[in-house]
Parts: sequence; structure tokens; C-alpha cells
Amino acid sequence: MREGEKLTKIAVIQFPGSNCDYDTHYALEEVIGCNSDIVWYKKSNIDEYDGIVVPGGFSYGDYLRAGSIAARTPMAKSIVKEIEKGKPVLGICNGFQILTELNILPGALMLNEYPRFVCKDVKLKVESNNSLFTRKFDEGEKIDLPIAHKEGNYYASESTTRKLLDSGRAALRYTDEEGRPNAEFNPNGSVGDIAAVLNRKGNVLGMMPHPERAAEEILGSSDGAKILEGMVESASKV
Amino acid sequence: MLDPEGNTVKRSLNLLGYEGVEDVRIGKKIYIEVDAPTPDEARKNVEEMCEKLLANPVIHDYKIELERR
Repeated sequence: MREGEKLTKIAVIQFPGSNCDYDTHYALEEVIGCNSDIVWYKKSNIDEYDGIVVPGGFSYGDYLRAGSIAARTPMAKSIVKEIEKGKPVLGICNGFQILTELNILPGALMLNEYPRFVCKDVKLKVESNNSLFTRKFDEGEKIDLPIAHKEGNYYASESTTRKLLDSGRAALRYTDEEGRPNAEFNPNGSVGDIAAVLNRKGNVLGMMPHPERAAEEILGSSDGAKILEGMVESASKV
Repeated sequence: MLDPEGNTVKRSLNLLGYEGVEDVRIGKKIYIEVDAPTPDEARKNVEEMCEKLLANPVIHDYKIELERR
């Protein structure tokens, strides 16, 4: 960073019921070192931001379907507008659910196969590092991130799933210790062990695991910081 | 279509001895009161609500039933 250069500014969108907003804001400012604002969903214009994180939580109490109500707010339209400009947008957990409800990402997140809340560390395989969110990893690298959800069972039609897997748009997949797909290590029943999905253009990533909860070694893993870092670095270039 | 909740209830019913239970599906019923000039108009309204918010076409089928108040 050169003297006088403006810091990248990331919006962390806060809906009623978001609850990972402050953790995400902390990770962005204190660990990554960019500027970040927690932006209440009533704000009408978010054009000033270089990138957007839709954080985890339970927007609108998960009423109707997780993410469905937030996806119909004017803020959702503003987010879509920024996505169309090419800005990087990361949806974490409830944020991922909101992005699928918005049809920005394909598929849907259903109730877990074993229908209860699951909160634990999982092993993930980086299927493609050819994205601004995953470029800090090696291809095929195994990383550790925590999950915490009841509706994280990714579902898409067979043809869509195939396309996502073949193109590397299924950026992260649940895996066993050896990096092999293994149903026993799939925590929620997701098709293709899919944990994260990129849009076609590659500027939007939705993921069920929580990178902000694994952004420092003291939290057990700092793999999440690499995802945020990759995003922030790209955001400054848009 | 996958129905994790239905599958779990099915297993539980089987465990209770209802071996004939082959499938359980659990859905959602939404009651909406609309003021509309005709039943057709009301149905059209609700159809649109389903498309815009109430159902997710990726995972849901839906059926609309009308009843006069």
C-alpha cells in the first residue's frame, strides 16, 4: 500500500437477524486490514463500496425459507446491481442462502439430511484456485473451516451439479482427511459434497462454511483469512 | 425431490411398527386471505405470489386451493 492510497472498503450487509456481521467486520478490519462498514439493509445506495459481504445469521428468523425474505428487499436489488458491475460479493452461510434465493447462484439450500443444526469444523478441498476468493490456495489443497447451519444441504439438478463440478465452480467440497470425496465427511447431505459455489463470471461466491470464524491461528485455523484476503485484494482493482 | 424431514418421520413411523409406510412427505400450507373481485382474479394474485416469493421452483411444487370467505 502506497502512501495516500485509499484503503479498500467492504460493506458487510446487516439484515434484521444477521449475526455474523461483527465477526466478519472484525476479520476484515483487524486481520485483513481493509476498511469495512456494517451497512444496515435500509441504506439505499452501496455504490461507494469496492466489495460486499452478505454475512451469516438468521435474517428474518429464517421465516418461510432461509434467506427468502432478505432476497426480496430493496437492498437485495442494490447487491445485484453491484454484482452486475463486477464487484466481488461473498455470501457466507445465510448470505449463501440469500444469493441462491436471488437466483444469483444456482440451486438451493435445504434442511440438512439429518435434520438438525450442525456446528463443527470440516475439512474442505479447494477444487479450483482460479477465482479471486480461492487464489491464495493451491489447487486440491485441503483446508479447515467451521460450519454452523441447519439448512446447508446444497441441492441442484443433476445437470447443474455436473456443470458446477466439471467447471470448478463448485469451488469448495467437503472431503475426508485424504482429500477424497467421502459421504461420511459430508455434514449435511449436499449433492456432490458441494460447500461453495461461484457464479459464472466468478465475482460471486456463496459458501456454507464460515471464513470469518477461522481467520486467525488462535481460532484453530487461518484458512478463512485467505478467502477474505483474496477477495479484498481483487476488490481494490475493480 | 429430497425431503429430509419426511424421510426422518418415515423412519420413525417404521420403527413404531408401521412397516407399510413407504413414503412420507412434509410440506407447508400457507393460508392467505385476499380481497379480489372474482375467484379467477384471486387465483391469479396468489399464483403470482407463489412465483415471486412463496415457492422456490428449485425445490418446490405447489397447489392453490380457493375457498370463498
